[in-house]
Amino acid sequence: MNSIQPVILWTDALIFALLLAVLVLVWLIRRQEHLLAPWRVVAQRPMAMGAALVLGAFVVIGLLDSLHYRAQLTDSPADAPQYSVEVLSVFDALTSELRSRQEKTYSAPLAMQLYAKEFVERDGATVRDYPRLQYGGAHLQRADERLSDITRRTLVGATQGGLASLLLFGLLAGWQVRRTRLAVGAWLAAWRQGSLNWPGRTVVLMVALLLMLGGALAQLASGYHVFGTDKVGQDVLYISLKSIRTGLVIGTLTTLVTLPLAIGFGITAGYFRGWVDDIIQYLYTVLNSIPGVLLIAAAVLIVQVYIESNPDIFDTAAARADIRLLALCLIMGVTSWTGLARLLRGESLKLRTLDYVEAARAFGVSNVRIISRHIFPNLFHLVLIAIVLDFSGLVLAEAVLSYIGVGVDPAMYSWGNMINGARLELAREPVVWWQLGAAFAFMFTLVLAANLFADGVRDAFDPRLGGRR
Amino acid sequence: MLAYILRRLLYAIPILIGVNLLTFTLFFVVNTPDDMARLQLGAKHVTPEAIDRWKVEHGYDKPLMLNAAATGSAQFTDTIFFKHSAAMFVFEFGKGDDGRNIGNEIRTRMGPSLAIALPVFVIGLLVNVSFALLMVFFRATYLDLWGVVLCVVLMSISGLFYIIAGQYFIAKLWNLLPISGFAGGIDGIRFILLPVLVGVVAGIGSGSRWYRTIFLEEIGKDYVRTARAKGLSEGRVLFRHVLKNGMIPILTGAVVVLPLLFMGSLITESFFGIPGLGSYTIDAIQAQDFAVVRAMVFLGSFLYIVGLILTDISYSWVDPRVRLQ
Amino acid sequence: MKPLLEVRDLVTGFGRVRVVDGVSFQVAAGETYALLGESGCGKSITALSLMRLLPDGGRVISGSVRLGETDVLALPERDMRRVRGGQMAMIFQEPMLALNPVIKVGEQIGEALALHQNLAGQAARDAARGLLDAVGVPDAVRRLDTYPFELSGGLRQRVMIAMALAGRPQLLIADEPTTALDVTIQAQVLDVLRRLKAEQRMGMLLITHDLGVVAENADRVGVMYAGELVEEGVRNAFFASPQHPYSRMLFEALPRPGDGGRLVTIPGQVPPLDGPMRGCRFAPRCPFAVARCRAESPGWQVIDDQRVRCHLAGTLPARSERELAAHSVKQAAPPLLQVDGLKVHFPIRRGLIQRTVGHVRAVDGVSLDIRAGRTLALVGESGCGKTTVGKALLRLIEPTAGRIVLGGETITAKNVPFLRRQAQMVFQDPFSSLNPRMRVADILLEGMDALGVGEAADRRDAVVQLLRQVGLPDDAGGRYPHAFSGGQRQRIAIARALAVSPRLVICDEPTSALDVSVQAQILNLLKDLQDSLGLAYLFITHNLAVVDYLAHEVAVMYLGRIVEHGAAADVLRAPRHPYTQALVSAVPHIKAQTGPGIIRLAGDQPSPLNPPDGCHFNPRCPHAMEVCRQTYPEQTELGGGHWVRCHWVAGQI
Repeated sequence: MNSIQPVILWTDALIFALLLAVLVLVWLIRRQEHLLAPWRVVAQRPMAMGAALVLGAFVVIGLLDSLHYRAQLTDSPADAPQYSVEVLSVFDALTSELRSRQEKTYSAPLAMQLYAKEFVERDGATVRDYPRLQYGGAHLQRADERLSDITRRTLVGATQGGLASLLLFGLLAGWQVRRTRLAVGAWLAAWRQGSLNWPGRTVVLMVALLLMLGGALAQLASGYHVFGTDKVGQDVLYISLKSIRTGLVIGTLTTLVTLPLAIGFGITAGYFRGWVDDIIQYLYTVLNSIPGVLLIAAAVLIVQVYIESNPDIFDTAAARADIRLLALCLIMGVTSWTGLARLLRGESLKLRTLDYVEAARAFGVSNVRIISRHIFPNLFHLVLIAIVLDFSGLVLAEAVLSYIGVGVDPAMYSWGNMINGARLELAREPVVWWQLGAAFAFMFTLVLAANLFADGVRDAFDPRLGGRR
Repeated sequence: MLAYILRRLLYAIPILIGVNLLTFTLFFVVNTPDDMARLQLGAKHVTPEAIDRWKVEHGYDKPLMLNAAATGSAQFTDTIFFKHSAAMFVFEFGKGDDGRNIGNEIRTRMGPSLAIALPVFVIGLLVNVSFALLMVFFRATYLDLWGVVLCVVLMSISGLFYIIAGQYFIAKLWNLLPISGFAGGIDGIRFILLPVLVGVVAGIGSGSRWYRTIFLEEIGKDYVRTARAKGLSEGRVLFRHVLKNGMIPILTGAVVVLPLLFMGSLITESFFGIPGLGSYTIDAIQAQDFAVVRAMVFLGSFLYIVGLILTDISYSWVDPRVRLQ
Repeated sequence: MKPLLEVRDLVTGFGRVRVVDGVSFQVAAGETYALLGESGCGKSITALSLMRLLPDGGRVISGSVRLGETDVLALPERDMRRVRGGQMAMIFQEPMLALNPVIKVGEQIGEALALHQNLAGQAARDAARGLLDAVGVPDAVRRLDTYPFELSGGLRQRVMIAMALAGRPQLLIADEPTTALDVTIQAQVLDVLRRLKAEQRMGMLLITHDLGVVAENADRVGVMYAGELVEEGVRNAFFASPQHPYSRMLFEALPRPGDGGRLVTIPGQVPPLDGPMRGCRFAPRCPFAVARCRAESPGWQVIDDQRVRCHLAGTLPARSERELAAHSVKQAAPPLLQVDGLKVHFPIRRGLIQRTVGHVRAVDGVSLDIRAGRTLALVGESGCGKTTVGKALLRLIEPTAGRIVLGGETITAKNVPFLRRQAQMVFQDPFSSLNPRMRVADILLEGMDALGVGEAADRRDAVVQLLRQVGLPDDAGGRYPHAFSGGQRQRIAIARALAVSPRLVICDEPTSALDVSVQAQILNLLKDLQDSLGLAYLFITHNLAVVDYLAHEVAVMYLGRIVEHGAAADVLRAPRHPYTQALVSAVPHIKAQTGPGIIRLAGDQPSPLNPPDGCHFNPRCPHAMEVCRQTYPEQTELGGGHWVRCHWVAGQI
């Protein structure tokens, strides 16, 4: 085993900082009853919990894909190791088969032949035909074995997944039975009736479903290109999975930029009113009035120029793509704080007239303290709702921006780039649909899960919706 | 009322100046006039003289913001910023890098943009409100529940998917409508149908879900109970009392985007080959044509501010409680 | 005689909670039946059950409701719509919210006319105008084309009544119809209801928490507690001798004129309705409860014109008149607070450059002083500027002019911290005055920390001390406000004010959001604190009964100015200013009124934006003379510190 050199890209650092912040927040929330209560409500909603599991699966992949390193070159000396210029991630290492099994060009999902005809040697004669793939279905002798092989692999994978989930369920049942001091039968009955205080059925079913799907995918992927290959013969499943990280980074880091701006400006404007309010309102009217895409386009162009004129700072292609991704998050954050700021301003205007704020002022409590103890905690739920609602919009926006050419680096794996690259191939006959299909399917799954989860969070936190529905 | 509008228009001036200042700085932070000239002239023709000539031709031969050499107010006016901004306030946009007059382009391209954006807006509003009312009428039933789920599913689908799927299935596979293109007059309708359909469908999810929330909020209010206590039927309560109140935020929320319809939709227009302002903007971004981008930013900001004023005016129309002063 | 409305064993529930549990009563035509109870007792839900207008999640579980010959609960929804508004109509508490804000008044009435009388066009308009005339809306033709927001609260409630009458109902359900209104307006609206009921021989179901309103309007009374009807009777018999311990305690919790003693309070709280119920629901709070009360739910017992659900019915000791203890008279101390010519004006900006074109004179030259250990009540109707006075004294609103001297020091922008150590405030709504995200201990600590009261190490102990002082358990500090009831929250708010040991506490309607029994607890607490700590109170209120109980001196405010001032007994027992007289006589009384007839004020309080010339009160004053329309009256001394600003009184002397 060669030694490796860990690489921490900017976005990696921020992602793990974010993860740490979330963990700290969870720890804080667990200690405060009134903060915990709405989360309990979220946890009781089957739809939200199912969505959370799917999100969780995406997040795990994204996190694995954020642990970057450079492998040592095989022929470099041990005392002065040299490292590959290619930056890989733990996820790449786990899926090295997918990554390395590159075909010549397009091939359909689960195919064993290339998509384009070539001159191939057959029985001594040269004929023009679809050549066999180098990896996909290479283990098969004849073409008619393919279908039964696919079925077998799917079943085996699903069964493995099913067994794994049964095992997990057994562990869960054992743990729960010990904890709640119920008889096993009684707990199982309660679970089946859905009378536990958490959506047991949905969670167990969802985990089983995910595991079975994962198992089947893994089985199939070891012998085929499940979603086919793209123009340069790369496995589309691999590209789609790699794109998860991009989507997550854009969805979360952008919000990270938005929040301080929105919270700071929104509360300050609403609480202090007067000229402070005038200036902040001016600022956000200006920003709001510029068509967002144009502003993002302008800023992205600038970053591009900057990267090109400073090649020495960014030593690898990954670092270049990464800084552009970060810049995109930054720009989208700077252009999108206005909505939340406006909401928070309005709410602060209302809160500042409430009696408990008046009472604090009657004690001469300082403004900073009033904001931090009376205003902010009482509009935190709005911030939270905004975070989860914005996430899906940002993931979708990435695709559009990449299509216009002002999104992430063209070399970066992202659903937007996949769509952009595949769009023109729709004109081919027969059509190359799997790249688009895979990108849309992955994006849809992530966004739908995020939206459903956001719904659950909003219902639990928004006092206006409380009790209704 | 008039005083109010006048005041708002005056207030628009500092905002537009701010917008110009921002775009101007953004572009010139890294992109000096020399760089622009080099890019435009192409590698073969770059000589110091050619660059200077280009700069004089395009008005980039002055200092950026502050002309120390000049005296008096000319210190501020004899600059690239002033020369390129002041004209915009009288809608004089100058020429793009391709040499065409931007003002003319905008005028000719507005029509096609509107031809798509206006029907999408109107039909979308009608469809969304109807769908939302339907869900509210059957609230707390399975119809409502699955309606909401459908909305969430629809809004989770990328807008690009609607366009690509529409083009592929309706135009290419079933040959019902042309895949892209544009024509004026009656003949142009067949080109418009597909983009409008796609635009409306893409908006149903988020639109009707939002309107549903608004209507539900209204339905919880006391006056609805009063209306029922009068003996009104549920339909009448919904269509007369709830709709009238719910339409206030919906209409005024819609009015703000009304002027922006002129700007067209970037994505739709470029996919469907509509010669509107949206595709014009995209082309300019991709060609890094600063003059055009700046003109579009100015136009967009101006229309947005007009939209804000219209919003206030429409508020005073639909809500008797609001008086402008 | 067959009753108009007959409710039998009505049970209404939300999920597992039975909010109304087996209620039966009857209302005859031409009769007013009052359903009396504190908040959360199920009286409004009973009414909504009759109309079948329950909020989402609520449903009638069992029981029957007959209106005339109709079985209301069995009707299909189609036919029920004809009953609603046609045979029984309902008016609600908050007329601003209950009317559609964007539909003209005439149209809203017209809808009901079209539905139940098939009127349209001019005929409907005429009928609507007739209705508005009938409920005493002046200038009815013009009002038809106005929107609800353009009307005052009293007019809105009249429109509401007109709308209810449009279907010529046999039964009118009035759910707290005057709770949101000022006393003088309340008196007007109640008059209208009484007159209409008599004219049209309607049955009326009056839902209220106010014993005074019941006494002046009801023929029969039903008392509800925790979802059950516990006592019922003819009004006079009920008021002469309430039989249920709960009813009795409601009476005794009411502050009474000239009464300096302690009020009777009901310990504990209404039991939660979602738990299992055993025995009498009032037993845990009942001072007379015996073992049987806790085991067995009492049935109805009839005593003459009354019936009551109590095991001990008829055996309770006779009610002893509460001792009338005089106010404790303190030595005349030097004034703690002196206010001279306090003005708070809010600018109105208009036009192109937002020029100031005028001022809302919320407070326009108020002078008053309060001595240590004494209570000054500032009385007036909503919008008169009394709350603004309180906030301006604490500099929560910057005063426009005037001098404030507190404890001998003139308060300027420089010594505001001194002011805040000396004077604190208790707010009206205990639900909005406590931050829901802070623990009680942190709420109490906030003031001490901000003003640096005591040593930081001692403050935790001080919190426990404060909690005891206001009668809360020691462990209350660790909990959040939502764990407490309204009365307990108000105790927390009082403790918060006391935390910095002020000498003056400004109480802004501290009991108006509370039920009578809880109000009594708070009033007792305030009085005890005054006695033990020598606090001075500025008590801002519209509730004259409370004033009578607590205040040593009274100042009556009208449109930003004090119009009458004097010792509480003088002002309330022998009011001189016509406005004070109307105010005092408009308060519904439990005992039959003696003395001069009730004075009814016409119209509403004008806007402080544009007060009438001369005496502000002249457009509504029954004694207005020419001079009243020209000059604002000077102070007229009546002796003993009692003065008024009134030309009419001045002319009499």
